[in-house]
Amino acid sequence: MISHLSLENLSVRRGGRLLFESLNLTLDAGEAAALTGRNGAGKTSLLRTIAGLVQSEAGTVGFGPQDPGAARALGLHLIGHLDGLKPGRTTREELTFWSLWTGGGAVSIALAIETLELSTLLDLEVRRLSAGQRRRLALARLIAAPRPLWLLDEPLSPLDAGWRRRFGQVMANHLSTGGLIVAAVHDPLPVPHKTLEIGA
Amino acid sequence: MSRAGALLTREVSLAWGKGGGPLVALGFYAGTATLLPLATGPEPARLAAIATGMAWVALALAALLSLERLFERDYEDGALDLIVLSPVPLEIVCALKCLGQWIATGAPLALAAPLAAIALGAEPRLAPLIFACALVGGLAFAFTGGIGAALSLGARRGGLLTAVIVLPLFVPPVIFGGGALDAFAGGLPWRPGLALLCAYAAAAVALGPLAMAAACRNALS
Repeated sequence: MISHLSLENLSVRRGGRLLFESLNLTLDAGEAAALTGRNGAGKTSLLRTIAGLVQSEAGTVGFGPQDPGAARALGLHLIGHLDGLKPGRTTREELTFWSLWTGGGAVSIALAIETLELSTLLDLEVRRLSAGQRRRLALARLIAAPRPLWLLDEPLSPLDAGWRRRFGQVMANHLSTGGLIVAAVHDPLPVPHKTLEIGA
Repeated sequence: MSRAGALLTREVSLAWGKGGGPLVALGFYAGTATLLPLATGPEPARLAAIATGMAWVALALAALLSLERLFERDYEDGALDLIVLSPVPLEIVCALKCLGQWIATGAPLALAAPLAAIALGAEPRLAPLIFACALVGGLAFAFTGGIGAALSLGARRGGLLTAVIVLPLFVPPVIFGGGALDAFAGGLPWRPGLALLCAYAAAAVALGPLAMAAACRNALS
């Protein structure tokens, strides 16, 4: 399992434009990092590079002693605005599929439904959910399938004040059990964190 | 195994889902099969001679129609990114998607194929062989069609591109299946045609996922 994340001299180019270069970050178990920067600075691209979906131009992403392929396949969650949820399927169908696909089971799915208060939404189609409810459904995967590294792309933006506070507790719990979080945010991250400004 | 089962269930339910899926494919099939005799003329003798061939071509077109969104919708909404973050190899993912497509639309079309052929004037004794050819041919259509669907990921008017890529790959199963049906109707040996059709389907199932996975990786990077 992932207990360490290191970015060394990382440079990423998208569409011919150098987004950032020589980025460095080290995270150990129980630590969180907030990525800040203006729109288009490359926060999402950095998260996708860590997840292995975008090739870096230079530099490395390391997961401690683990092989990067195995670490990514089993050890991380990526949650962003492209949440992969299908409008025509119900909350229950989508939560169950994504939880099983990322390695969850019945017990952890039940815990996720309870934590994100999805029980009244289970039979609704995803198209009927509000933006905040839809984000809660996407975030439920984090609990339904426990994985150590959370890559979150503006996780709080559609949530109301109450849910921001409660998701802050969820993140704090994850860190206290040895998890790692990298989150792209515009608002302050509600847990102790390092800050990495991109495109400064 | 539970992962593969979950993905297959999802694929079948997506293909069945709102917006018709198999019903649209069946409707398109019925429409094409009705249009062809209107174009060729309604004399029963002429129709009966080409009935199985027409049913078979209409089947290939109906299979093509339902392929367009196979990878596109998962690519657009980010699901493909998340599907990749799993220990299941992308080749298996692609194979399961095509298998789901075959179960949800290929099998209903195979059931409709003998009906369409008989309605056009084919002899009823041909029905079991038409069903068998359509079922095996549908598998070949799904797995070769998946290659086109994956290759056209991210392209504008991807559906049209899919058709252009895929139609040449549909030629061998159309020839083998049509040949077997013709031979059976004429009392000639029909097994070689069916065997070649099965061989083509087997090759598509074995090699198609490799090509689809490579195309998906290319589109994602």
